[in-house]
Amino acid sequence: MSGYRLSSGGQIDRARPLSFAFDGKRYQGYAGDTLASALLANGVDLFGRSFKYHRPRGLFSAGVEEPNALVTLRSGARAEPNTRATVVELYDGLEASSQNRWPSLAFDVMAMNQLAGPLFSAGFYYKTFMGPTRKAWMLYEYFIRKAAGLGAGTLLPDPDRYEEMNAFCDVLVVGAGPAGLMAATAAASSGARVILADEQSALGGNLRGSASAQENLAGLAALDNVTLLARTTVYGYYDDNTLGAVERVADHVAAPAEGQPRERHWTIRAKQVVLATGAIERPIIFGDNDKPGVMLADAGRLYVERHGVAPGRRVAVFANNDGAYRSVAALTTAGVAVSAIVDARREIGAEAQAIAAASGAELLLGQVVTRALGGQRLSGIEVAAFDPVQGARDGAQRQISADCLLVSGGWTPTIHLASQAGGPARWDDSLTAFLPGEASQPWRAAGACQGTLDSAACFAEGAQAGAEAARACGLSPNPVSLPGAKTEPLADVPLPVWDARPPHGKGKAFVDLQHDVTASDISLAHREGFRSVEHLKRYTTLGMATDQGKTSNVTGLALMARERKLSIPEVGTTRFRPPYTPVSLGALAGQARGSHFRPTRRTAMHDWHVENGAEMQAAGLWLRPRIYAQGSETVEQAYSREARQVRASVGMVDVSTLGKIDVQGLDAAEFLNRVYSNGFLKLPEGKARYGLMLREDGFLWDDGTTWRLSETQFLMTTTTANAAPVLSQLEFLLAAVWPELKVAVTSVTEQWAGMAVSGPKSREVLASVLDDLDMSNEALPFMGVRKGHLNGLPVLVARLSFSGELAYEVYCGAHHGEAVWSRILEAGKPFGMIPYGVEALGTLRIEKGHVAGPELDGRTTAEDLGLAGMTSRKKHYIGSSMLKREGLTDPARLKLVGFVSADGGKIRAGAHLVAANDTSSPPRSLGHITSTTYSPALEKYIALGLLEDGPERVGEKLVATYPLKNIDVDVEVVSSHFFDPEGSRMHV
Amino acid sequence: MLIPCPHCGPRDVAEFTYGGDATKERPNPDSATAEDWCDYVFHRDNPRGRHVEYWHHGQGCRLWLKVARDTVTHKIEGAEVVGPWAAAAPKQGRDVA
Repeated sequence: MSGYRLSSGGQIDRARPLSFAFDGKRYQGYAGDTLASALLANGVDLFGRSFKYHRPRGLFSAGVEEPNALVTLRSGARAEPNTRATVVELYDGLEASSQNRWPSLAFDVMAMNQLAGPLFSAGFYYKTFMGPTRKAWMLYEYFIRKAAGLGAGTLLPDPDRYEEMNAFCDVLVVGAGPAGLMAATAAASSGARVILADEQSALGGNLRGSASAQENLAGLAALDNVTLLARTTVYGYYDDNTLGAVERVADHVAAPAEGQPRERHWTIRAKQVVLATGAIERPIIFGDNDKPGVMLADAGRLYVERHGVAPGRRVAVFANNDGAYRSVAALTTAGVAVSAIVDARREIGAEAQAIAAASGAELLLGQVVTRALGGQRLSGIEVAAFDPVQGARDGAQRQISADCLLVSGGWTPTIHLASQAGGPARWDDSLTAFLPGEASQPWRAAGACQGTLDSAACFAEGAQAGAEAARACGLSPNPVSLPGAKTEPLADVPLPVWDARPPHGKGKAFVDLQHDVTASDISLAHREGFRSVEHLKRYTTLGMATDQGKTSNVTGLALMARERKLSIPEVGTTRFRPPYTPVSLGALAGQARGSHFRPTRRTAMHDWHVENGAEMQAAGLWLRPRIYAQGSETVEQAYSREARQVRASVGMVDVSTLGKIDVQGLDAAEFLNRVYSNGFLKLPEGKARYGLMLREDGFLWDDGTTWRLSETQFLMTTTTANAAPVLSQLEFLLAAVWPELKVAVTSVTEQWAGMAVSGPKSREVLASVLDDLDMSNEALPFMGVRKGHLNGLPVLVARLSFSGELAYEVYCGAHHGEAVWSRILEAGKPFGMIPYGVEALGTLRIEKGHVAGPELDGRTTAEDLGLAGMTSRKKHYIGSSMLKREGLTDPARLKLVGFVSADGGKIRAGAHLVAANDTSSPPRSLGHITSTTYSPALEKYIALGLLEDGPERVGEKLVATYPLKNIDVDVEVVSSHFFDPEGSRMHV
Repeated sequence: MLIPCPHCGPRDVAEFTYGGDATKERPNPDSATAEDWCDYVFHRDNPRGRHVEYWHHGQGCRLWLKVARDTVTHKIEGAEVVGPWAAAAPKQGRDVA
């Protein structure tokens, strides 16, 4: 094709030339150009290489339906692959590059794929790489993936910002063409809150730039109740009239301005929706119909009228309906020569004849284009006589020279949104097109998207739909005056011609240009039994590319219908799913990226930890101090020092992240007794008890201490991870299972700050700092809970120990957390008191054999972990019935034991335990390691783990193997109570 | 999807957590057999059409609701509060049970 810029015309600003580059070569265009129109104006006709065969491809359309002209826009972190050149607005300095070619677009080595054409027919991968040759896939995958495909994305982080907007309106109008404009005008006249959105750079659709549209839009823009959104694609229709839209705020400039988002995602909740989404032209199939220079007829008109670009110097037209004559008229008006009009119909209307005569083109009626000629670009067409029943005839082909062929096979209404929110599409025999089905949500369609192609009728239909939508919202619209459009004399009703090839026609006939699906692929699918539309789609990948078959679906169905000797509606159509056009991940992610992906929870003492050298680590959403490293200490050195100091003197750890639930009511004790596997009825006031929670299926779920603060009030603690699920479960039980219990539960996790003071000196430290509590063993015995004050601040003190040392937990109001924490540490100075992190916390609990998250992994029972004594036999509780299942009482279940490293090696969590003499490969796993640490108390690496016949194996030597890293450690099985098994240290 | 919470009004589904089949009743532990428990804990129908489900308004009033929903169209027939607070909030739409 030899496109060129017309000397006048078009909605471009010739006073604003823009410089841009394609594949490194510099060109010039104008403001108002798209990348496609600017390249076309520069005579560029090669835009890309096709998906499978690497055939040269040019422009096919002027809109979002473009299957061929996919380019990578920008470079570096802003590189965006697979953008359609037809919708990329030109800006100064734009850089784009072609895709899927090597070493260059004009000379592509992979183009030899087309010589191997039959190899790449439908089902090629399955047939070649399934069954006995399956392993070959492993070998060839890399090369095949490299050879086939589209552009490559960037791995650099997106430097731009994306916004999210939630909008509510009475009437959302999708599409601002003739019907949409009138719908919005009519609806707005009632005072309804109206949003009018259109994917194009300016509103107006086919009326873009016209005086009447400008006036109409200015009127709408002046209304407070109307929001106009250009460059906004409504891509998805979801439940309850919620629609997703993306506004491309700064995609049409090199980079967003300071503070400006690149795109804005709109979630629009509308009471009523008017779909005025228009229609997309469809092609007719013939041999080598993918040759650069072959484009849709209406695209040719748009390039002339909108951009002042002629699509070629010797233009031919191929049509089966009057629509193409609109393009002929536009070209004639602009002074572009049309050499021939090939029309499959034997007779055409007077208006079309007049247009043809005015153009001076040779009119060939009852004939079709059977093949495109030329090398890398179109040089001519072959034309043959056509019979509506027999099709095109072989032989006696006439050749006509042309560098551009405008094709029109009729219109396909854009029913994507209607299909997402409605019943099956309806087939219209006269338009040979699918129309919107029954609405399952409150929308109504107007204009071309429901098959109305006449402008005057579109205005009337739009106005009616807008008024009806307003009335459905309970509002009263005013009558609106319709623009004076004369009734269209052209008839877009097409003669059904899908495939214009004669029986022995030459060349590949492409149905789906983007996925290189040919007419013979569809025949092949039929022969091989993939006949239903769903099978056809998956077997040939018809309509599955980024364009989702916007120009190919109906043709594909028609060809399958021909093979099956059925009508098209009998073959059926697939349902459209969102998105209508590709949506960037950035728009969907919005602000939820990086550290904003999810909230961060910080304890009341967070700032203190950070200021005092803590290395923080994530625990779910929480940040917790891991270690407080001194100097150049390693993690192991730091936690060993911290744990040693706790056992030698005293330390303090932040336990604010534990879940805390306030349980109150007359039946609170009864409720807890049904929730925990151990007894809670007899827990006296001022005492805490460790409790186990099971799931209904009998497996262990959560553990923690619960403190009885009064006859009717308990403070339950849960693990950090299960705080929210446990609360939900308690609420469920109180609502749905035991509504008769008088109990209320509420989360107090954020209200309390908590710290555990552990070590032999903990009593002395707290006694010195608490205002009013007797800390003696008699006054505050093990598991005792007391209310007191510290520096006048109210606190709860509970004598609990996770470390095995004499220890207390001090809870205070979260606002006092840092004050209480600092005061206690200050009081501990004479004892060398230190803060310790969760690593040392873990070390101390592993030395004591206490279970935690790694052991409560959802697959263990109380008995597995040596806690069978805590499962009551005297009562029912959640999980008690299913705990008796065979599988849960099987003596072969893995049991918790301890391990010490026998060779000084570090044991890895996740390592499998195998017999030392097991030489099989892989050796049989007898269990696995769950928690590991260096034990400063034992001066050895130790671990907890789950082992077959665990307790019976104490004293045995095994190997903890970690094949991924090739690490084997000799271990000895020991009791899980490594340190002070009698518990003498915490009872002093 | 909007769920008509009887306490808060229509709210986005993102505020709720799915709680599963609400037609299952927890067996009486005094009389239930192993089969009863197995049915309650593990067996679930996957109906096409009307279904009664638990939904927890965790990001709102924290009430548990029973919601009658069509699994094909996502249309919600009605919603009611479960538990002792049911009387305080009027049912939405048609009867759920």
